[in-house]
Order: sequence, then structure tokens, then C-alpha cells
Amino acid sequence: MRQRSAQEKRKIRVLVAKPGLDGHDRGVLVLARAFRDAGMEVIYIGLLPTPEEVARMAVDEDVDVVALSLLNGAHMTAFPQVKRLLDKYGGKDIIVTGGGIIPDEDKPRLLKLGISGLYGPGTSLEEIVGHIRERVRKERWAE
Amino acid sequence: MLSSAKDVYWGKKSKEVSTRRKKTASVFDRRALKDMKAGYERWLKEVYSPWVETAPELKAHFETASGVPLQPVYTPSDIASIAQSELALPGVFPYTRGVYPSMYRGRQWTMRMFSGFGTPEDTNKRLKLLLEHGETGLSVAFDMPTLYGYDADSEKAHGEVGRCGVNVSSLRDMEAIFDGIPLDKVSTSMTINAPAAVLTAMYAGVAKEKGLRLESLRGTVQADMLKEYIAQKEWVYPPEAHLRIVRDMMLYCTKHMPQWNYVSISGYHIREAGSSAVQELAFTLADGFGYVELGVEAGLDVDDFAPRLSFFFNSTMDFFEEIAKFRAARRIWATVLRERYGAKKARSLLLRFHTQTSGASLTWQQPYNNVVRTALEAMAAVLGGTQSLHTNSYDEAMALPTEHAVQVALRTQQIIAEETGATAVMDPLGGSYYVEWLTDELEAQAYRYFDRIERAGGILSAIKSGFLQREIAENAYRLSKRVESGEDVVVGVNKYTAKEGSPITTLKIDFKAQKRQVERVRKVRAERDAAKVRSALNRLTRAYDDPDANSMYPLMDAVSAYATLGEIVSAGRAVFGTYKEPQIL
Repeated sequence: MRQRSAQEKRKIRVLVAKPGLDGHDRGVLVLARAFRDAGMEVIYIGLLPTPEEVARMAVDEDVDVVALSLLNGAHMTAFPQVKRLLDKYGGKDIIVTGGGIIPDEDKPRLLKLGISGLYGPGTSLEEIVGHIRERVRKERWAE
Repeated sequence: MLSSAKDVYWGKKSKEVSTRRKKTASVFDRRALKDMKAGYERWLKEVYSPWVETAPELKAHFETASGVPLQPVYTPSDIASIAQSELALPGVFPYTRGVYPSMYRGRQWTMRMFSGFGTPEDTNKRLKLLLEHGETGLSVAFDMPTLYGYDADSEKAHGEVGRCGVNVSSLRDMEAIFDGIPLDKVSTSMTINAPAAVLTAMYAGVAKEKGLRLESLRGTVQADMLKEYIAQKEWVYPPEAHLRIVRDMMLYCTKHMPQWNYVSISGYHIREAGSSAVQELAFTLADGFGYVELGVEAGLDVDDFAPRLSFFFNSTMDFFEEIAKFRAARRIWATVLRERYGAKKARSLLLRFHTQTSGASLTWQQPYNNVVRTALEAMAAVLGGTQSLHTNSYDEAMALPTEHAVQVALRTQQIIAEETGATAVMDPLGGSYYVEWLTDELEAQAYRYFDRIERAGGILSAIKSGFLQREIAENAYRLSKRVESGEDVVVGVNKYTAKEGSPITTLKIDFKAQKRQVERVRKVRAERDAAKVRSALNRLTRAYDDPDANSMYPLMDAVSAYATLGEIVSAGRAVFGTYKEPQIL
């Protein structure tokens, strides 16, 4: 694992990923650009990673946040899986957020696992950036 | 276009369009034109400018969704150079006004609603329902495991079986989807790309079991792999391998399935991925030229296969720009096929296309607004001369559509066709100064993109370097920022918002589909003749290994022996390998 200086830590590191069989990457590519323009360091894992690959990369890259996106209806399987594997590989404190096409009735279960955000298409970029900043400030930077 | 060709054709064409516009030959009387031009300038100075000075306009600049700057009004002098030939009538080269001489006066467009979910039985029921409601062509959506070539019981398929389309793991599933449907009487469109050859073979397999001749089968598989790398990103092998399989389908179908459209060159996904209308137009046609070159390189005469190439475009919210896009597409295709590829048959020059209204334009906020959006987009497609149309359902920003929502979407098309009068006169916007000017403008911009793509080494290089993907991603980001700043309004999202929750219930897909499909594919494997499968797969592997062989023949045998989709695709993966996209951040 790469160690970062205190100053470096003030720059939020985000891994954006689509864990599963879903190539609809418009959302993640837009978000990656918005995060970058908001001053975050963005790592994009590319298409079709397994939840395993996402979790390992998040831990290896020492990110603050894993931002997941799925539009294929498989979020109830893939998102919890990423969270579980993060816990397993020592990334328990890494923040997990998600978005895509997520029906309201699926949200409570994901929120309970600590997967927050759960934004749908058309959400303002500012709102998503704000949500990530706030969670990082509260959970990662609280000393 | 497939690879780099150092010639000046595209640059010359783009200049031709702009000089054509400056030349005053055309349909207008020279003197009258001069008067009109003077009149316009006078109007600008004496009427328009004083008016907007006292009553400022709502925006400083007006432009199309693609960013084409717009004048306040268009006049004959903006299209002064339009030559008579450009305004040629429907059914006449360059077909700007329509590919057929009577268009909807003779035959309505095909109302083709995309559907598919859960198990093959669920989808069979939905297809039959649509046929009962007056739909005239079937269109099947597949789930992610099928699109990527994994069987229902693969680890990769976990949680995804039947969720956004129907699952097909073997011929057994296709038999169930088309049970009781007369394949010789309907035309079927299958939205499948990487495994398109496999699904074509399965469809043919079902037809053979029903005792039908392959020659009688009408339908389309998407199979446009170039746009997969550009936009939708559902591939298995590297681009060259997928193109080779498309070539095998071209050769096979030209000979044995003459009514089968083995590739549907698709701008839809390019647009949904965030491109502009201009990019959709240019990248899609560039892909089309790529397939023409593929066929020619395989030894086919362009006139033997070009008539089978069909297109699939998006229709989204900038009404006039969409109509201009469809008109420009027809003109460019006919011109280039004739000039550059030497096509002689009229059929080869016709750009026939399916349209789907834009999924990305739908909002989950105030979902009933989507009915209106879809109706307007559908109207643009009809005024643009589409051959078939899918209208999205109002609930599709949230889930796959309910039966009720699908019915409203189909009724939308029927209302346009039967009640609005839009079908009585062909190309009713032809001759609109604005639409004609914009058609020319999009045409010129498309030629400039073709030139850039060829300078980037052709379409394959432009894909492998990520050039096209980056162009789209940048535009998607530009659009998002415009909505964010309120510069672009999306009703119910960044203006006229409401607090209340969603008033509609959406379709629930139960997880039973996964269980049933897993059981079924395991049963198929247990019951089939294992030796026959092994030998068919071996022959398929050998064909994949030999670039000169046609893999369609052994594929047909493998499918009929109940080799599964996953087995067939892994045989390919063993020969061709996989593909990692370039970094496009």
C-alpha cells in the first residue's frame, strides 16, 4: 500500500468503477471528469472488472472513496459484493457510494450496508461531489 | 475508412458542400434571390435589431443541441446554392427526401417495440401480446450475460440473468422465445452484437425445426461491432476478430439468408453515450463505410451486399436538428456509395433505417412528461423518413417497462400514423429554409469528421487510440455541465421541479428467472449428445483458427447440437483472446 503525506491526504482519491457486465459508461466517464474538475484524484478501473478486482484495486491504491455505477439492474448483487470484499481486504473504512438505475425499494438495504448516494440519472454533479466531500470530511478526515 | 487511405476525398467533399452553398445557380431566380438577400439585411437592421434592443432575447446565443450556431430566421439566400439535384424528389438520388417513391402513403413504417426480459417464456408472452396489439415487427432484447456470451450458470452471470433482457444460453431458449410465432410471416430484430452470429445460427436452427426455408427468414441482428468499441462497449474479442466474424456472416447470409440484415449500423448507442447529432451522423456513417470495405475486401461485389446494410439512429429532443440529421445521412450514404465505392444498383444507395427515441432523454422525475418527449422524438423520426420505429415507454428511466407503459408508447406511434396527417405528404419539411440549411451544415460537418478519422489512421485506429470514445465522453460532459448550469433546460429536472414522489409503479423482475435458466442450461448439457457437441466445437475452433474459413457453417452445426452460447464464445476466446480498451479519461 502506498503511504501518503498529510497534505496529499487533503486531496480526495476516488476509484470509479462499474463492477459487472455493463458497458454503459457515459455516467462514470462524466462523473470522473466532474470529480477531477472538483479537485479530486480520479482512478478509473476501466470496463468489466469483477467486484474482486474493484475491491483489490481500491485497497492497493489507498482510495478514500469507491464510486460505483451500474445501469443493468445487477446493483443488488454487485454493490454489496464490492463492500464485502473491501471489508475482507482491509478496506473497511473506504467509503462506498453508488448510482445508476436504483429503484427506491432497493435503497434501504444498500444504505444499511453503508453504500450511500444511490443517485439516479439527472442528479446534479454538484450534489454528488458534495455528498462525497461531506462523507470524506466526516469519516476519513475526522481526527 | 477501415484503415488509413491517403486520399483527399473527404476534404474535397466537405469543401464541395460549402462551395455548393455559396454558388448561386440553383432553384432560385438570381434576381429574386438578390432582392431577398437585401430584404433580409434590411429586416435585420430596421426591424429585428431595434426590436431586440428594447426587448432583449432570452439567450445571448442560440444554437442546436450539437452546438451549431443559429440565425434568428432563415431565408432562401441561406440555401441559395442548393442545386436542383439536391432537392431531388423521394425515391431519386441522392434520396434526401426519402428512399422510396411513395413512403408512408404506400406503407406505414414498421412499429417495432423492443422487448425482452426474464425467461424465454416471459418474453414469448410479451411478443405475442405486442402482435395482438397491432405491432408489425418483433424486436428482442437480451440480458447482459447473453450480450457478453456467458451462460446463465456462469459465475459472471450471477445476479444479471433476465434483468434487462431475455436470457439465451442455448437453442432450447430460442425455441421457447419463438414458440407459436410464425417466423416466415414476421420480421424479427435481435439486438445482439458480439454473439450475433451465434444468435443468427440459433434463429435459423429454430426455423429449420419448424420446417421453414432459411431464404424465407426476415430480420436483423445488430452485429455492429465497430460501434461497440466506440460506444456501447459490449465486446468479447479484439476488433479484428469480431470484424472477421461479421465478414463470415456477410458471406453466409448473402448466399443463404438473402433477407437477413446481418448488420444494423447503429448510431443509437453512440448518441446515448453522449455524442452530438453531428458525431452520431459522422461516426455511424464512418462505421458503415468500414463494413462496405469489409465486404469488398472479402471479395463481394458492393452491389451484392450493400442493399442488405441497414441503419439504426437515435431521435432525441432537438426536433429540427434530428430531422436534418436523417436527411443528411441519406444524402451522404447515397453519394459516397456511388462515388467512392462504385455502387451501381439503386438499392445499394438507399439508407434505410430504424429509429428509437432517446432513452437518455427520459427522466425519472415526473415520468409522465416522458410520454410527451417520446411523442415529439417519434414525430421527428417520421418527418425524417424512418422505415421502422421503437418508441420508449415513460417508465424506462427507472426500469424495464410495464405492459401499460409499452402500450402507451405503441399508441403514440399509432396516433402519429393515423391521426396527425404527417404521413400524407412526403418529406413535409423539405424546402424549409432552416431545415435545408441545417441538412447541408450537418452534411459538411460529417465530411470534416470523416477526414479527421481517416487522418487518425481510419476507423480501427481511431477506436484503438480512444479518439472517438474521448470525443463522445467530452461531449457528454459538456452536456451534463450545461444542464447543471441551467443553460440547457430539462423540464422537471432543473426547472419546473416538483417535490412529490413518483406516481407510477414499475415492472419487477423476480430472481426466479436466474434459477430457471440455470436449471434449463444444465438440463440441456445433461441431455444432449456430448460427442456430437465436442466434434462440432472442434470444427468451429479450427474454422476460427483459419482466417480464410467461414465459421458460420460449423457454427450452425454446433448450435443445432445444443452447444451453449458460453461454450461457443469460449471457443472463440481461446483462439482470438480478449480486448482491453485504451484509457479514455
